[in-house]
Amino acid sequence: MFLGVDVGGTNTDAALMNGRQLHAAAKVPTSEDVTSGIVNAVKELVKQGIDSARVDAVMVGTTHFTNALLECKGLSPIGVIRLALPATQLLPPLIDWPDRLKDATGGFTRMVGGGNEFDGREISALDRKGIRDAARDLRSEGAKAIAISGVFSPVDPAHENEAAAIIREVAPDLRVCLSHENGRMGLLERENAAALNACLGDAAVATVEGIERALKQLGITAPLFMSQNDGTLMDTDFAARFPALTVSSGPTNSMRGAAYLSGISDGIVVDIGGTSTDVGALVKGFPRESAVAVEIAGVRTNFRTPDMVSIALGGGTVVESDPWRMGPESVGYRLVEEGRVFGGETLTTTDIAAAWGRARLGDWRLLAGMRRPVVERGIVEIETRAEAAVDRVKISQGDVPVVLVGGGNILLGDSLQGASQVLRPKHAGMANAIGAAIAQVGGQVERMYSLEGGSREEAIADCTAAAIEQAVAAGADPEFVEVVDVEEVPLTYVPSNATRVRVKAVGDIAPNRLRQSS
Amino acid sequence: MWQVTEKDLAAIATGAGILGTGGGGNPYIGQLRARQAIRKWGPVTVLSPEELPEDARVVCVGGIGAPTVGIEKVRDLQSYHALRAIEEYTGEKATALISNEIGGSNSVEPLIPAAMAGLPVVDADGMGRAFPEFQMKTFFVYGVPCCPMAVADEKGNSVIIRETITPYWAERLARATTVQMGCVACYAVAPMSAEQVRRTAIPNTLSLALDLGNAVEQARSAGGDPLEAILTTCPGKILFAGKVVDIERRTTAGFARGSVTIDGLDLFGEQRMVIDFQNENLIARLDGKIVCTVPDLICAVATDSGEPVTTELVRYGLRVTILGFPAPSLWTTPEGLAVAGPEAFGYDADYRALEV
Repeated sequence: MFLGVDVGGTNTDAALMNGRQLHAAAKVPTSEDVTSGIVNAVKELVKQGIDSARVDAVMVGTTHFTNALLECKGLSPIGVIRLALPATQLLPPLIDWPDRLKDATGGFTRMVGGGNEFDGREISALDRKGIRDAARDLRSEGAKAIAISGVFSPVDPAHENEAAAIIREVAPDLRVCLSHENGRMGLLERENAAALNACLGDAAVATVEGIERALKQLGITAPLFMSQNDGTLMDTDFAARFPALTVSSGPTNSMRGAAYLSGISDGIVVDIGGTSTDVGALVKGFPRESAVAVEIAGVRTNFRTPDMVSIALGGGTVVESDPWRMGPESVGYRLVEEGRVFGGETLTTTDIAAAWGRARLGDWRLLAGMRRPVVERGIVEIETRAEAAVDRVKISQGDVPVVLVGGGNILLGDSLQGASQVLRPKHAGMANAIGAAIAQVGGQVERMYSLEGGSREEAIADCTAAAIEQAVAAGADPEFVEVVDVEEVPLTYVPSNATRVRVKAVGDIAPNRLRQSS
Repeated sequence: MWQVTEKDLAAIATGAGILGTGGGGNPYIGQLRARQAIRKWGPVTVLSPEELPEDARVVCVGGIGAPTVGIEKVRDLQSYHALRAIEEYTGEKATALISNEIGGSNSVEPLIPAAMAGLPVVDADGMGRAFPEFQMKTFFVYGVPCCPMAVADEKGNSVIIRETITPYWAERLARATTVQMGCVACYAVAPMSAEQVRRTAIPNTLSLALDLGNAVEQARSAGGDPLEAILTTCPGKILFAGKVVDIERRTTAGFARGSVTIDGLDLFGEQRMVIDFQNENLIARLDGKIVCTVPDLICAVATDSGEPVTTELVRYGLRVTILGFPAPSLWTTPEGLAVAGPEAFGYDADYRALEV
């Protein structure tokens, strides 16, 4: 059985899946330190009488690292070495980081000779002495980890790899993060991604160990996996190297759970929480990824995050009738005390849905005083806002299936403009934790190839092999890894033939990586 | 005379995005480089064309290369190196710099060598908007020679293109050189005189970009209408407003060509606009009838925020308002239209000036 836990802003959910069946579920408030909320959710399941020894793997989608970056807490001092000189000098590493985060991580940077042109030529020879000196300097300045970024390293990672080897030689105690393993084309964004992973490394190790220890105390010795933002899993070693890949794994888990529960692999998911609604598109069962740079704690990166629209509409959104206003405030988790249908004083969207007859909860008699025009106006506005958000995530005209999940799904009815059908799967409120529990292990690689020396087929084959290798390294079963997506984009304006290839591979957790029966 | 400081750069980027008529690319790196240059070497003085001394020598600088490469090997001080190369070749010292195009990231390129060399920039440019090709500049239309010109990389290499039979050849040779240099180069054209700048440049475009950006920002923070703020700052009209329902793209000969289809909303309900683009928006048809063409400016902005929408980022579902601005008069003469009118872009259509 697989145990999925997903940490949200308000609640932490846990779901134990026995094959395709939901065996047990729990919902507890998210705690400030995050870990104790995870532990409490699992404790709830244990109280329900689950057999801890039958859990084969635990999958956790967490906000630990997003919080660490936002609060600048527990971050390691890092150094960033860029292989680029004489190019790119005007914009040194960490150039656009918020001061707070730069201070919290030391902000030590160096630029040395190295890096490549778009067609693979060297910008300059790798400055081995410069790298040695930089590593020594950065360590004496206090760095605990080094991020290395080379210009066009997705085309040729040789310089980054060699730089890493030099650093391991002169400063074996420093952790090393390489940009070509951390992102796509876009030097500053990829370098930022490597630097974020570098500064989160120590926190990641400690967090993972903390969760494992707590699970053990509850009798769960199954291996731990972490949810990544592309809807796949990584093992704890991988998570310690790439902790920032957990950012936005929550919305991704909801979308994966929605796909699983509804059987819809291409469509739109509307995840209605207490305060907000996330709307995203499913493509082949995975969230469509954002094409533009995303900021994480004020740092621009090109992490693969789900392409989502978030609107301030949830089950706890406050409604005022005179003058008319809906949100953006929400009573959040206090809905069950403050909502009118629960005997409270605040008119919320849930009360509107209950008065309209959409939701059966609380005591509907408490809503007897509500005026019909207010209810009608509220229902129209809820639907209009949801429909507008659905339309914004579409990429073409035409109706598509819409899957409603999240605790607030009762706000919407069984038809929506722009939807070919509206599905509300069983256990919709637990889609996030279920999405974590059913996930497979994944690897994703994007590289740029100059086609001067080889064919397109060779480029795709090379990238595919790298993606499969990454999935296996993250814990997938090498026998059954499959390629789920291949994308090829020829580059414009580059007269010599160059193309960008991205491959995503996923597979079930390798049997030897699951709980081993003793 | 005024000064560009760090705090003006975001507004200039927004304004240059609007004047970029859908082209000009991602403004992020250009803005960041200009910010660094101003932090390092101080703010840049801006002179109007009239304020130029009679003996001024004005060098036009700009970037050339592939935007997809520019996000990786981010541009450095290439335009400064190109400036020094052309000065050395011609034996003339520049006394001011001028932008080749106000649309997109080229709008701020001269600020970087200007800050570094301690030179002023002229409040003017060679397009008054964005255009896809090097030779499409009013300077060259009105007889300023495009050569000699220098092309420089970040390594210390520079090439002088001494003479070409047409500006188009200069574009061809410069582009071939740029590829060898790693696709992220800058060029500098031999100095112009004050008289040439006053006669052939589109005036006051840097201050226009700044004013547009500030107007949008002020309207947004005061809860006003950014579209109205844009039209008050730069006379023009709303051509259309609606929702993007289709985008067709194809890459031919290195240019991103295609069309965007927009279905009308509100005032424009039941109507449909189709805009053809080649990096920049070229021609707008309302229910099949041409309502605006190059060289007039066809600008798409997000209806709610006034934020410019580039042809690269336009996508299904976006609510956009299409604004039309009359082209600067230097483009609407027979000589101007021969280079930048609808026929120059392969359309069998006459230019009919936009009425506002």
